[in-house]
Amino acid sequence: MSVDKDTVRRIAKLARLAVPESRLEPMAGELNGLFQWVEMLGEVNVEGVVPMTSVVAQKLKWREDRVTDGGQADAVTANAPGGEDHFFVVPKVVE
Amino acid sequence: MSDLTSMTLAEARDAIRAKKISSRELTGAFVTAIEKARPLNAFITEAGDAALAAADAADKRIVAGSTGALEGLPLAIKDLFCTKGVKTTAASKILGNFIPPYESTVTQNLWDAGAVMLGKTNLDEFAMGSSNETSAFGPVFNPWRANNSNANLVPGGSSGGSSAAVAADLCLAATGTDTGGSIRQPAAITGRVGLKPTYGRCSRYGIVAFASSLDQAGPMTKTVRDAAIMLKTMASVDPKDSTSVDVPVPDYEKLLDGGIKGLRVGIPKEYRVAGAAPEADALWDKGVEWMKAQGAEIVEVSLPHTKYALPTYYIVAPAECSSNLARYDGVKFGYRAEGARDITDLYERSRGEGFGPEVQRRILIGTYVLSAGYYDAYYSRAQKLRTLIKRDFEVAFEKCDVLLTPATPGPAFAVGAKTTDPLEMYLQDVFTVTVNLAGLPGIAVPAGLTSTGLPMGLQLIGKAFDEATLLRAAFAVETAAGFKHSPAKWWSV
Repeated sequence: MSVDKDTVRRIAKLARLAVPESRLEPMAGELNGLFQWVEMLGEVNVEGVVPMTSVVAQKLKWREDRVTDGGQADAVTANAPGGEDHFFVVPKVVE
Repeated sequence: MSDLTSMTLAEARDAIRAKKISSRELTGAFVTAIEKARPLNAFITEAGDAALAAADAADKRIVAGSTGALEGLPLAIKDLFCTKGVKTTAASKILGNFIPPYESTVTQNLWDAGAVMLGKTNLDEFAMGSSNETSAFGPVFNPWRANNSNANLVPGGSSGGSSAAVAADLCLAATGTDTGGSIRQPAAITGRVGLKPTYGRCSRYGIVAFASSLDQAGPMTKTVRDAAIMLKTMASVDPKDSTSVDVPVPDYEKLLDGGIKGLRVGIPKEYRVAGAAPEADALWDKGVEWMKAQGAEIVEVSLPHTKYALPTYYIVAPAECSSNLARYDGVKFGYRAEGARDITDLYERSRGEGFGPEVQRRILIGTYVLSAGYYDAYYSRAQKLRTLIKRDFEVAFEKCDVLLTPATPGPAFAVGAKTTDPLEMYLQDVFTVTVNLAGLPGIAVPAGLTSTGLPMGLQLIGKAFDEATLLRAAFAVETAAGFKHSPAKWWSV
């Protein structure tokens, strides 16, 4: 598997990351270097091995389904780069 | 005042308790030292005035009879821990002006014990790096320089500001975080102690996330005893972090002195790697002799999947990174690009302008390995490898109590020496990354100087939640090594 310029453009789109046209080719080279190195994982027989889901053997915690926090609109919106009256302001979404 | 800043955490604690010094005097000495050490660029935010006010408050509590575990002791905090009302940047432009409205659990635990915050330390952007060169706030310089050289060296990473601050006597101790080696590698190449606890030992609540299944907070200190003191306070069971594990936190300091007679120390043969400095292997052999001389039983063990750990990490960590960093969208907090045409343009340009090159590279890797058609070949296979790597340790720990390995493949390197090839930088973590993948505790202990006068460390790896034995073994290595060196203070003239 080899990553080309178009692949980088496609994954950058998926990642919502503006990558300038001039960076696509060099980035493809960098990613290929990494993926060639990672290819060595292919030599390991992983048949019947369960993929790890948790590194520590513990049951997921449960808690009562009740409100524990809230009413903090000021704090929640304090760092918004665009905000008005506890709303987040974004460019027009619906025409 | 240099004798105040060169104290260990334990010495300072005892001096304050005995009322030989005040927190104000101690904190003042560090505030002055930090101002003089600005050429190191160890801090992103200095908090001198707030620190002095906190010291005065601590002094009042001490007079009133407080016995907080860290009462009045000044610490530095990696700028990845959210601190309420104090800018927290993760060394990224995208969080350049972020002021958290809440406090991380680990730092809250420290303040509840009476500690004083001196400031927020520099790091690799979003903790992604091994040299502190990816920071949007510029590189940190290692306080150490090679003999007869003025060349600036890296302090390691990602907790490079914390390692430099501890090594340069700019704080009694610092916090770090470790996803693939980010506490242990910088501690090792600055001649100090760095402890990554078991996954789940310290709460991750309020720590800017990089790879949630690997990230763990821990102390960076001058001595093993200081690491034991810090961990006791940093660790807690936290309802705000569902992966925080409900196990008792022992008084590690009290358990340090037991000795290592009869302790079974495993030596994993796969940790002799090509590309490591000959001095790393020589130091390792010395470590074996030190432990044997104190009555430990040396056992050869095998961790057969070791060589797959780094490539596994560079699938798992970017995958989690791409998912965690999806939250930075220019809407709810953080950097927003100007003049966006529409919402997608706003997302793409805010992220494109806000994230640095290494973070962008990892987001793209992560997005790729999680994308349709590649998930099984990359991500799922890596998670299976992770199971095998963890199993290697389980088998090894049937024959031994701790493992002894080198901490890094070599000493501190020059600024810019490894920035052209990402893979070469990634190899810095070859001895540390396995521990994160298996969720185990690991500690770097300073062990000696290279022929050029640079510090190198040894790593000990423990069983899950057995930091007590790990620290006891580390204390034995530290005692035998007798490492008392400090860098010349070239930055403070």
